[in-house]
Amino acid sequence: MPNIIFTEPDGTRRELSAPAGISLMEAAVANRVQGIVALCGGACACATCHVYVGDAWLARLDPREEMEEGMLESAFGVKANSRLSCQITLNNELDGLEVTVPAQQGL
Amino acid sequence: MSSSIVIVGGGQAGAQAVDTLRKEGFAGRLVLVCDEPELPYQRPPLSKKFLSAELDADRLAFRHRAFYDEHKVELMLGKRAVRLDPSGHRVELNNGASLNYDKLLLCLGAVSRRLTCPGSDLSGVHYLRALADVPPLRAALKSGARVLVIGGGYIGLETAATARKLGCEVTVLEMADRVMNRVVAPVVSQYFAKEHLSQGIKLLCDQRVVRLEGDGRVERVVCMDGSSHPADVVVVGVGALANIELAQSAGLNCDNGIVVDEFCRTSDESIYAAGDCTNHPSPHYGRRVRLESVDNAFEQAKAAVLNMLGRPHAHDKVPWFWSDQFHHKLMIVGLSQDHETQVLRGDPAAGGFSICYLKGRELLAVETVNHAKDYMAARKLITERTPMDIVKLADAKVALKEAV
Repeated sequence: MPNIIFTEPDGTRRELSAPAGISLMEAAVANRVQGIVALCGGACACATCHVYVGDAWLARLDPREEMEEGMLESAFGVKANSRLSCQITLNNELDGLEVTVPAQQGL
Repeated sequence: MSSSIVIVGGGQAGAQAVDTLRKEGFAGRLVLVCDEPELPYQRPPLSKKFLSAELDADRLAFRHRAFYDEHKVELMLGKRAVRLDPSGHRVELNNGASLNYDKLLLCLGAVSRRLTCPGSDLSGVHYLRALADVPPLRAALKSGARVLVIGGGYIGLETAATARKLGCEVTVLEMADRVMNRVVAPVVSQYFAKEHLSQGIKLLCDQRVVRLEGDGRVERVVCMDGSSHPADVVVVGVGALANIELAQSAGLNCDNGIVVDEFCRTSDESIYAAGDCTNHPSPHYGRRVRLESVDNAFEQAKAAVLNMLGRPHAHDKVPWFWSDQFHHKLMIVGLSQDHETQVLRGDPAAGGFSICYLKGRELLAVETVNHAKDYMAARKLITERTPMDIVKLADAKVALKEAV
């Protein structure tokens, strides 16, 4: 079970562990991480599970696919380290992953 | 602030209302009544990854039980509201219990339109709306089973795609001359029809089903043209109707849905409604609509809650919709009715394209196929009513957000 550290929009740090195989978004929703809406439930159709990935971790994730890239293009507050958390599948190599939740989701 | 709020219906809208009520500080008694036995769950995967068993049921739930306990939400699952007494501020349940409310929120959703032709009640005929519909359907979708899907809309096509992936021999019968005819442009219908055909699905349009035949169990489906289609399993996806029974019998104003205003108020001042069950104004489009949409249920429920808490908040969002079929993603934003111009962006043969609907220079709606950039740009452009440049718009090399 990888551990993940979320920083919520108000700065609260939440450390939690989640089973490998589920998405980072599902881990956030199951643990009620603030600021993750995940309206479409992981279909990559809403851009409301946006997170900023810690610098040390970005290169260790599979790169964005075309749909995610497109969804992020017009989303609010996108940076180079932006990802949709529904598109990141947890595995044991991601133990210690640090992400920050933006203040606003969607557009 | 009200001291007691009852929510009837545990779909997307009901679940969201619970969340928002507690988040917004409502500290009174909060009851959620739902006729399904499961914790409130997401419906979209039912025809896709849940049907194919790629997702477990516990991954469908919006929230774990601990959330409801911690937030003191009284869950009345597997209980149906059978009578509503607006003057007595009371809801009666099928187990004889009755609940008093100060404010009531109806999130009753929609129900599958049923087949009415002879043979409709044979066994082996499935509908797909609730979680409980899935296990029997999944069990029937054995590799090699002959699956006949009646209706080429979202549910029909998504189920057809899933059944095909599970190795079934699938035939889709559509009444109109093309699939998804009520929701997309012909070029989008053609694109998806081609994809289904290339995956080995038999797709027949202009087919009106007149009866189902079989000895206790469905064996074939007969159409008006006399054609007969053998079937081990029939899946019916012929649309949905707003679930208005409870509201209507209580005398609330209903007309293709429970009639609400932009503040989600019904014709009774203590009763609100949100989601697929409502007929509501869309200030953006200047007319009334009834939508079957996750996004609308979510937004309308949030608005309803704020209004119930005495903080006036009009529901005025541009709706969006999506459908996954095989590895193709259809995403739609806005409502295309009353458009004057239709512009194709991109080449359907290349796999990603969009159809833009305009009235004058205003973008009313955009249908995108495998094109997230246009979809997200369109959500912003439509909401902000940005005047478009139609020449640039037709040039797929110009980004949609720059075609202004």
